[in-house]
Amino acid sequence: MDRRATFKSSWLAFALIAPQLVLVFIFFYWPAAQSLFWALTLEAPFGGTTQFVGLQNFETVFSDKLYWNSVRVSILFALCSTTLTMAMSLLLASFVDRQLAGYRVYRFVYFWPYAIAAPAVGLAFRFIFAPDAGFVSSINKVFPNLWNPALDGLDAFILIVIANSWKMIAYSFIFFLAGLQAIPRTITEAAAMDGAGVLRRLWDLQLPLLAPTFFFLLVINITESFVDSFGIVDIITGGGPARATDLMVFKIYSDGFKGLDYSMAAAQSIVLMVLVVSLTFVQFRYVEKRVHYA
Amino acid sequence: MIERTPVLNFFTHLAMLVGIILAALPIYIVFVASSHDFQTVNIVPMPLTPGYSLVENYTKVWTKSDFGTKFVNSFIVATGVTIGKIAIAAITAFSIVFFNYRLKMLFFWLIFVTLMLPLEVRIVPTYAVAANALSPIQGVLNGLFNAPALLLGLIGIEGLPQVALKLPEWNLLNSYTGLILPLVATATGTFLFRQFFLTVPPELVEASKMDGAGPIRFFWDVLLPLSKTNMAALATIMFVYAWNQYLWPLLVTTRPEMTTATMQLQKLVPGPLFGQPPVWNEAMAGTLIVMLPPLLVVIFMQGYFVRGLISTDK
Repeated sequence: MDRRATFKSSWLAFALIAPQLVLVFIFFYWPAAQSLFWALTLEAPFGGTTQFVGLQNFETVFSDKLYWNSVRVSILFALCSTTLTMAMSLLLASFVDRQLAGYRVYRFVYFWPYAIAAPAVGLAFRFIFAPDAGFVSSINKVFPNLWNPALDGLDAFILIVIANSWKMIAYSFIFFLAGLQAIPRTITEAAAMDGAGVLRRLWDLQLPLLAPTFFFLLVINITESFVDSFGIVDIITGGGPARATDLMVFKIYSDGFKGLDYSMAAAQSIVLMVLVVSLTFVQFRYVEKRVHYA
Repeated sequence: MIERTPVLNFFTHLAMLVGIILAALPIYIVFVASSHDFQTVNIVPMPLTPGYSLVENYTKVWTKSDFGTKFVNSFIVATGVTIGKIAIAAITAFSIVFFNYRLKMLFFWLIFVTLMLPLEVRIVPTYAVAANALSPIQGVLNGLFNAPALLLGLIGIEGLPQVALKLPEWNLLNSYTGLILPLVATATGTFLFRQFFLTVPPELVEASKMDGAGPIRFFWDVLLPLSKTNMAALATIMFVYAWNQYLWPLLVTTRPEMTTATMQLQKLVPGPLFGQPPVWNEAMAGTLIVMLPPLLVVIFMQGYFVRGLISTDK
């Protein structure tokens, strides 16, 4: 970076970077610091006295069965929806990568769901999978009471996994396809000359070369499922039935803004922050390795 | 294609068709449901061909939900986020790449770290900041003023007067500023512009300097025209991102005339309350109305969108 030609005026450089720094300070660093402060103190909601309590809030959080329930649900949700998303998008990407006639149309349509807001996906899927109307409910005509996400926790969980994956497949698909298309054609042709068929090439060549993309997407998908699932849960299940879909982000929201317990919400936020930051660190490490690959 | 594989090609097409159905069927069902009347939409199994109440449902849900106001709000917020993001990201990246000063790397990392924690994770304290945007500055100033007293207190000297500075309150709740600013305050675009600026050949800077152009002139007349594609890519991503925001607007707005279109989805969920008819046809019409603008952006600007997505990496 030092070899670059640069301008001298340093007051201008500061003036140009100042707006971003101020914004980041007000809306990022201060809130992050404040949640640490809240997590270590107890306070009456909206004012009153503040009392330093050390790690007591974390102890309360960690001894709360409902909190561990939300952790369990979140991790299960992350595992299921990431597996489903990545498997489907890898499958679709490797098919589209074969570039048969009309592959542009497929590529075009597979990408749509990414544009749709999570709550809109939620409302659409709530209708499609409703037990007493919509599309899937026909199954209840054949097998009465087989499917009811409003009452059955497992059904509700399956439903939010499907809705979230449907939305996230598009993103992974684009990256997998870009990764596949970055593989030099000469390699594929050389393998074909050696007698490797389409499936053998996919397994022995393309998938190993796709490993960096794969790990990048793995981390992104897990992070997104922790962070971006609020809209889907809020619209489809509202955390229920019986907290079967009470994801961590949703619980922070309901404790903080419905229960008005800022200290508990802040302590939970800190746990989630640590989780997300450590995932991002894994990713940054991997991004560095990706440079070696290329 | 390298070799002829008719059987595999057949299965490939078959699988891709199944993929199309999986991707498009939910949107189609939403469309069909939004075109039927109240009785038909609740029949099990629901009909799979469009009905005749399309216009009626859309006009009804449009007026009932006051989508006119909400679309204006959503457009203001999405455009504000897009423009604010591009402007701030461009000048920040310009400062980081084309100037040399001592704190540069520190600033770069301070901004870059914000990629790690999305708004959803730090939602509770950010909300408190939005209630009074000057409180962070007030906190820092008070900390600075009171540092001597606190330090002396630590070594046993007490009795220094404590200063309690009170800045005027600046409430961002129920305002466009409150909806826009926290979404602008991340590093997504900054990183994109930085990567692009690093590829601009240094000779270009030298040449501009020789021609007597200062930094601002260079930025405006050389750099920005070169960045058009990147700006378009970032613009599509930010517009969709801002339009689809749900949790943040839900918190900062309470007055109905300030709410956004995406928020309205929550009110469209047919109520579980006893006696409320499940007006799925109107709910689905509303869903389609809300999802349409970002969908159109992605469909018509797909090239830019994919480019931006891949180069921001997150």
